[in-house]
Amino acid sequence: MNTVPHWGIFITEPMILGSDVMIVLTSVAIVFALTKFKKWGWLWREWLTTVDHKKIGIMYMIAALLMLFRGGVDAELMRTQLALPNLSFLDAEHYDEIFTTHGTIMILFMAMPFVFALFNIVVPLQIGARDVAFPYLNAISFWLFFFGAFLMNISFVIGGSPDAGWTSYPPLSELGFSNGPGQNYYLLALQISGIGSIATGINFLVTILKMRAPGMTLWRMPLFTWSVLATSILILFAFPALTIALALLLLDRTLGTHFFTMLHGGNPMMFINLFWIWGHPEVYIVILPAFGVFSEVISTFSRKATFGYGSMVFALVAISIVGFLTWVHHFFTMGAGADVNTFFAIATMVIAIPTGVKVFNWLFTMYRGRIRMTLPMMWAVAFIPCFAIGGATGVMLAVAPADYQYHNSYFLIAHFHQVLIGGTVFGMIAGMYYWWPKMFGFLLDERLGKWAFWFFNIGFYVCFLPQYALGLMGMTRRIYTYPAGLGWTVPNFISTIGAYLMGIGFLFIVWQVIYSVKYGERDVTGDPWDGRTLEWSLPSPAPHYNFATIPTIEGRDAWWMAKQGQLDKNAFLPKKSDIKPIHMPKNSGRPFILSICFFIIGIGLVFGVVPFDVIGGLGVAFCMFRRSFEYDTDYYIPVDEVIHTESALGRLQG
Amino acid sequence: MTTLAHNNVEHHHGAGDHVHVDYPERPIEYQTQDGALKILGFWVFLATDLILFACLFATFIVLRTHTDGGPTGKELFDVPIFTAETLILLTSSFTGGLATFEMHRGHRNRVIGWLIITALLGLSFVGLEVNEFVHMAMEGATMQRSAFLSAFFTLVGTHGCHVSLGILWMTGIIIQLFQRGITPITARKVYIVNMYWHFLDVVWVFLFTIVYLMGVM
Repeated sequence: MNTVPHWGIFITEPMILGSDVMIVLTSVAIVFALTKFKKWGWLWREWLTTVDHKKIGIMYMIAALLMLFRGGVDAELMRTQLALPNLSFLDAEHYDEIFTTHGTIMILFMAMPFVFALFNIVVPLQIGARDVAFPYLNAISFWLFFFGAFLMNISFVIGGSPDAGWTSYPPLSELGFSNGPGQNYYLLALQISGIGSIATGINFLVTILKMRAPGMTLWRMPLFTWSVLATSILILFAFPALTIALALLLLDRTLGTHFFTMLHGGNPMMFINLFWIWGHPEVYIVILPAFGVFSEVISTFSRKATFGYGSMVFALVAISIVGFLTWVHHFFTMGAGADVNTFFAIATMVIAIPTGVKVFNWLFTMYRGRIRMTLPMMWAVAFIPCFAIGGATGVMLAVAPADYQYHNSYFLIAHFHQVLIGGTVFGMIAGMYYWWPKMFGFLLDERLGKWAFWFFNIGFYVCFLPQYALGLMGMTRRIYTYPAGLGWTVPNFISTIGAYLMGIGFLFIVWQVIYSVKYGERDVTGDPWDGRTLEWSLPSPAPHYNFATIPTIEGRDAWWMAKQGQLDKNAFLPKKSDIKPIHMPKNSGRPFILSICFFIIGIGLVFGVVPFDVIGGLGVAFCMFRRSFEYDTDYYIPVDEVIHTESALGRLQG
Repeated sequence: MTTLAHNNVEHHHGAGDHVHVDYPERPIEYQTQDGALKILGFWVFLATDLILFACLFATFIVLRTHTDGGPTGKELFDVPIFTAETLILLTSSFTGGLATFEMHRGHRNRVIGWLIITALLGLSFVGLEVNEFVHMAMEGATMQRSAFLSAFFTLVGTHGCHVSLGILWMTGIIIQLFQRGITPITARKVYIVNMYWHFLDVVWVFLFTIVYLMGVM
């Protein structure tokens, strides 16, 4: 095997040298700050070893925002290079690396952790649970994601990034065409974080099925929790296919097998099938939770129950089933034959039906509602036209014969950015604004948020609408430059301006967060939006055991019903006589250490250093055996402590 | 983690561990809420593992004729060997079931005995498989030879790795049974490792049919 890194690249490339310097300076600053303010112990006790779903959710969200920045910088670099014809801002090799890391990071290391952040922050509070079903496993999921993302991100400065596209198709991604460690980084980073994703799917499926408060039947469950349930099922059935696709490609590259090679009977199309058997459900994995957010936000800020609750649930389930029958539409041009293409074309179009049902239900929820245009609501409202256009162009792409024209053109690029940004990113930002006070106890500043909203939204259309035209004019994806005189210059230049506007929008969000930490309105009620679901019955932020006593749920949107006087509001407050010792999981440093061991295995496989694999493997085995023999895993919070906390919050009854 | 249960009952089992029991009326492995959650979680995990194997089977079926002029299954597979492997693994599933049976009757030593027999049968299965692999490699049928052999070794080897992990895991649980006896926690562990073991048996039935029987046909 031949994975000699281009060590020379370390110092000769100005961009990489710049990144090196930035990384070293940032690391030194963090170490200095932690040491100066004596925060190492705090970091370890409160964050690195935590099994609390709320803290894990916050860590996921911070990581997602950082990765949004990283992926966004990649995007701005690409748009800068494409702003005008014949630019040499980036060379072909760098451009390839950057579009690969942009796609990989945005999907796997931005959208996924953002989705998991909301899973963690919201679901236990919404169903009346004190944590997820497997808190220790939840910590493992997070740290595996974290070290997977870390592995992906260091590739740029150590040895070179992957450059075969985020889909990593063989034979280009095979050893013969992608020498060096870049492609290995991709495979290992996705594999390590993917294990964590499967574990998260198991965790939330069991949590939602088994840990709901008494009285909360499935038909009384909030729609966000329903979307998480549907998403968990998608994760469980989709991710193993990715695991296998990545593993077999890694075997090809490291052990010289012939799964996807051109020689000795290998079949590259097999990878593409396996990849998209995961990859198509994956886009629903990141969109369904956003749908859940919109259902919560639109209902709350229209002061109405969601229109057509049952059909909303039906639509989520239908999308998660039919979503598994559409993967071939990513490669209609493979030539699978008219019959196969027809099946997958129709299945793809069928998805538009449940999606359309959801869009109409959101509109009817707003209809005659008392609408409040708060920040989360603005993003939800902006989502609807954006996603409708993205969906319509999706149906255009689903027409198999026409797809031969659009395939791999900028038309496709515009389409999937419109659904992924207009759907997932808008949804995650809406969710972040909506649940921010529940996480941190203060609201994010409206004025700065509006600046962010308008910059990002206007920027979005300026950036991506010209790309539809570019696609129809023949511009294909993944080209690093183009000649003048094709008519592509003006749309490309406009698109780049849009990308910069979106970047300014993101900077406003950063400014908004920093500003609001100090000046943001404090949430003293725990219910700043006049919400409908259970999490708003708790103080902000919620105590670490969430519910001192578990309320009995007697209707859909029970907290809203209680506020309307239809149910007893006192049922949501703890009575002194009802408080019992609370059973909680103990913190553990092992998920963090276990994930470091996986990271060491990853480095070993990336560079073909067998001792690293052995050390990492033994570390993983040791951690798992220690866990198996560990019986002292939980503790009880004494009644006095619960009473003390609850009375300090002014919630204690009787 | 545990949320609802407050009517905890102190149980005294085996070596005297204090285990909080939430549902005394249920079978022992389901008596703690944590145990019930973990068993359901493991069922879900097995579903994902099944999909993992399904993808490997799909890859094998696509590539099984891609022998690149090299050896075919018909030339390589040894009927007595893979029949013996099958019988050994099926028997080990039965002895694993007997361990669970004795666990419900509260006989710690018999549980340990049956688990040791199960693990030994698993070990002899792995031994036969390693022997088969080495033989094939000696004849030049390595996983680098053709796409068919890449798929064969990966599919069968993944199953073999699962069985090997199961043996290590079972050994850990046998030690815990020695230390702690049958408690709702160790019972849950015995139950789950047996679920895993039976699952591997089911996968093997498909391997036996699709890889070996259809290979020698």
